[in-house]
Amino acid sequence: MNGDNNVQRNKRRLLIETAALAFRGRLAEEIDALPVKLFPKGSAPTRCCIYKSRAITRYRLMAVLGYSTQDETDECTPLSEYVRRAEESRPPSGPILTVINEACSACLTGRHYVTNVCRSCVARPCVTNCPKQAVQIISGRARIDEERCVNCGLCLQQCPYHAIVYVPIPCEEACPVGAIRKGPDGHEQIDEDKCIDCGKCLQACPFAAIAERSQMVDVIRRLREQKPIAALLAPALAGQFLQDFPKLVGALLKLGFSRVVEVAAGAEMTARHESRELQEKISRGQAFLTSSCCPAYVQAVRKHIPALAPFVSQTPSPMHFTAQQVKQQQPDILTVFIGPCIAKRREAAENPCVDYVLTTDELGAMLVAAGIELADCPPAEWTESPLPQARAFAVSGGVAETLRAVSPEPNAVRPMLIDGLDKKSLKLLSVLPARGTGGANFVEVMSCAGGCVAGPCNISQPKTAARKVRDFAGLQNPAAQAVS
Amino acid sequence: MKPLTITICTGTTCYVMGSGYLLSLQEQIESACSRPIEIVGSSCLGLCKDGQYGCAPFVQIGSTVIAEATPEKIIETLKQQTARNPMEQI
Ligand code: SF4
Ligand code: SF4
Ligand code: FES
Repeated sequence: MNGDNNVQRNKRRLLIETAALAFRGRLAEEIDALPVKLFPKGSAPTRCCIYKSRAITRYRLMAVLGYSTQDETDECTPLSEYVRRAEESRPPSGPILTVINEACSACLTGRHYVTNVCRSCVARPCVTNCPKQAVQIISGRARIDEERCVNCGLCLQQCPYHAIVYVPIPCEEACPVGAIRKGPDGHEQIDEDKCIDCGKCLQACPFAAIAERSQMVDVIRRLREQKPIAALLAPALAGQFLQDFPKLVGALLKLGFSRVVEVAAGAEMTARHESRELQEKISRGQAFLTSSCCPAYVQAVRKHIPALAPFVSQTPSPMHFTAQQVKQQQPDILTVFIGPCIAKRREAAENPCVDYVLTTDELGAMLVAAGIELADCPPAEWTESPLPQARAFAVSGGVAETLRAVSPEPNAVRPMLIDGLDKKSLKLLSVLPARGTGGANFVEVMSCAGGCVAGPCNISQPKTAARKVRDFAGLQNPAAQAVS
Repeated sequence: MKPLTITICTGTTCYVMGSGYLLSLQEQIESACSRPIEIVGSSCLGLCKDGQYGCAPFVQIGSTVIAEATPEKIIETLKQQTARNPMEQI
């Protein structure tokens, strides 16, 4: 799906309305009225009826408040109660994504369908070839018995009219690791032992049935307390708004952050460290090294390709280096990483230097809620000047490019790019330990095709964002940039 | 035919609500309406503030404001205007 659709827009509106209440300190008082405010009587339903939209909005709001839908023990608990609980202590840790069964139930169940192109022909190869006797002709059309069908696809291959179609379930098709599957109750379930938090299912679901547990409300509370709090801007952020970077910094200061830092500075440290690690490992006879800055990829290796683990770089991520530096300079400061990524939430949960993670769309919603117009923000004086290539870490190929830039011998870095994790590229990765890379000694892996500029929670179109990021870095925009 | 101007608001509210994606619709709209158009981005049109114009993102064509603008709504509006005013620009 294109990044601008009703699911995205509803999500943003929900975030904006919630942020507005949080900034006014009226969350507990007014949040229970939000589902009705967003879907008032007489509004055009986007689901079967407005009542269902309201019910689902309520669950989505639970996630915005930081809770999983599974945390609900009693359907009568109002949202305001969750607001109060979240104020007392941070919502429980655990899975980042949560499935809203009420929304998921509208999705398809079976997967092979007979369309009305079926002529109920004489040959009937669908009936004769089905190994499970699942196809029958009923009232002049082939029917597939869902109970019996094992989705082998033989009928589809056999039909001379192409009357049988295969309709995959969007989230399952998008998931690169088979972590999301229908459970016995017919709703999708995410298997935590497999999930790598890539967020692809979230982007793919057309019913907004998958939500991420947000920390936005907590961050707004911290901002209102006016304690020292730093915004750590991922390199991808430079491409997320039309205005130039210093204006974005100006807007963040206006929002209440006491300090803004570019994570590109940490990316430079990552690259320098990783370049040394590469030299060292290669000289010790290791065939290649892979990047480790994408936490979805790191989890994919941990959970699905253990044989590749020894090849993954030990170098900490740009987020870690940046947060660590900020904490060293000012130990009492809170650090908020802001980026387009869901997997970073998991990485941050395991990293004591990072207190919160905000996504780009949450930041956008906060700006709107606070009435901050980026174009009117005074540009901050911006003197940070990390290595230009490090600023372009977020565009596929950027990590390898930076490694070359910091390497004493650029040509000694021979990169191979894995631009996006899907079933195919995971297969390719899984054979690398045995078959090698065919000459490359550094494998850059990004879970999102195109790089973080195409991350699951972006605002800008990935292409526009990639161009802007590279412009900001002062680098050329290669025409052949692979961005989907 | 002189290209017709379609103003897409790229103020913060409209941008966050997805107007960035509308900026790249030139070809799609032109081929749907078979007339030349010109897409221009604009700073906040001032329509997002009090909610009386509906929801962002906003697009303006002549004096018509489209709230919650989508490619379909833009094309629809253009077709209506051309039907009403077949000979001239709006
Ligand atoms: S691995 Fe990615 S697509 Fe699969 S369930 Fe987890 S977040 Fe969703
Ligand atoms: S490519 Fe970037 S945005 Fe996507 S999962 Fe990896 S780190 Fe996150
Ligand atoms: S941002 Fe579009 S009208 Fe204000």
